[in-house]
Amino acid sequence: MTTPTPPPGPPLWLLLELTYRCPLHCVYCYNPVDFAHTERELETADWIRVLQEARALGAVQLGLSGGEPLVRDDLEAIAAEGHRLGYYTNLITSGVGLNETRIRALKDAGLDHIQLSFQDSTREMNDFLSHTRTFELKERVASLIKSHGYPMVLNCVIHRINIDHIGAIIEMADRLGAEYLELANTQYYSWAHLNRDHLLPSRAQLEAAEKTTNEWRARLGDRMRIFFVVPDYYETRPKRCMNGWGSTFMTVTPDGTALPCHTAKMLPGLSFPNVRSASMREVWFESDGFNRYRGTGWMKEPCASCDEREKDLGGCRCQAYLLANDPDVADPVCSKSPHHHLVTAAGARAEALPVSVKPLVFRDPKASLALARGSTGRTADPAATLT
Amino acid sequence: MSAIADSAKPAIGRGFRLQWEAAQNAHVLLYPEGMVKLNASAGEILRRCDGARTVAEIVADLEQAFGRTGLAGDVDAFMSMAAAKGWLEIAA
Repeated sequence: MTTPTPPPGPPLWLLLELTYRCPLHCVYCYNPVDFAHTERELETADWIRVLQEARALGAVQLGLSGGEPLVRDDLEAIAAEGHRLGYYTNLITSGVGLNETRIRALKDAGLDHIQLSFQDSTREMNDFLSHTRTFELKERVASLIKSHGYPMVLNCVIHRINIDHIGAIIEMADRLGAEYLELANTQYYSWAHLNRDHLLPSRAQLEAAEKTTNEWRARLGDRMRIFFVVPDYYETRPKRCMNGWGSTFMTVTPDGTALPCHTAKMLPGLSFPNVRSASMREVWFESDGFNRYRGTGWMKEPCASCDEREKDLGGCRCQAYLLANDPDVADPVCSKSPHHHLVTAAGARAEALPVSVKPLVFRDPKASLALARGSTGRTADPAATLT
Repeated sequence: MSAIADSAKPAIGRGFRLQWEAAQNAHVLLYPEGMVKLNASAGEILRRCDGARTVAEIVADLEQAFGRTGLAGDVDAFMSMAAAKGWLEIAA
């Protein structure tokens, strides 16, 4: 094992993916496409131990996510322990399952913040994209969040199908009293990668959306802060992976696998520790999985001699693997990458309207099992697809 | 931004939490999905902003604690910046 220098700082951000179970079936979900194969979820006591050990290492931000974390009935207990330990506790939810009783219990537990996801600005589009009837429920949950004194933080994942409605989405967020709105362009991993031809907007769509967003920013001023996360595919330099692989962020999946980013489990040739048998200290400082891509020592050309290597740290390993089939190469988003044409080709396809593609694959257990078997599952199950 | 009244009682903003982090050897300000690591003087000012003490009392306390005088201007500048960022809510 090589020990990178200098040693990493604390894992400031801890994300617990408490479950892969989810009432929604979003076509861009970043959960692994084979999530349905996940065996036993961690027990409450395991999560509590993870919280205690990571806090001792200096973790301060706690994300409670999934799947839908509200499907676990120990969410309140986990949030309470997180708060007691001194984490800033964030619940990342679709809102499904959040009612007066549970939000009161979460508030009493010391939960600091709730981020509520929407899929679009209208019932028709929200319900289509999530493959559920949840729009009105989300509106009720938004007012519940507000009435319990939480800052209102809405998140909407943006893609080709809803990007032209961005003005209406911002208007909806303002109507619901949002203080923060995150317009996160889809990043193409997992289900989103599978559905990429449906989801990648054209450059013209993206530019129009940014313009609209800036007009709304000017109009709303301080009333609402809007974050617009640009999709990697229209960049020429990659972003750092999670502020640097193994530098800031640690996630624990429902079965206890500890990862340096949400999707790293897909990478071949790496093993990641499981918190059932490894302490968080061992995970963070000693595991091969976390050490593999720390720093710059692992780089090949063109990264190894690039004068920007410390800035982006070679970009995203999962993107390198998904696009170039090799997790050790430069992120193909970089225009210096020999694989950059794969990114520009995806952009070019997005320009050619209309897209003729296979049906959207909705994230659900049936489709997941089919994908895990190696079949695409795209047309076999009418309940899982919708054109 | 205009100066903050001496009689105002600043408090940590809603949704923000201030705490000491031994692992970082610093006060930090936590907010939804984010963190600001504070330098020593910012930490010393913010930890006195409890919604009960006035700006004048905070300045006096800082001057006594650090054996300095004439801190009012720096404190006002920092508090104005902090209020603009939502770190502080300043009730009259």
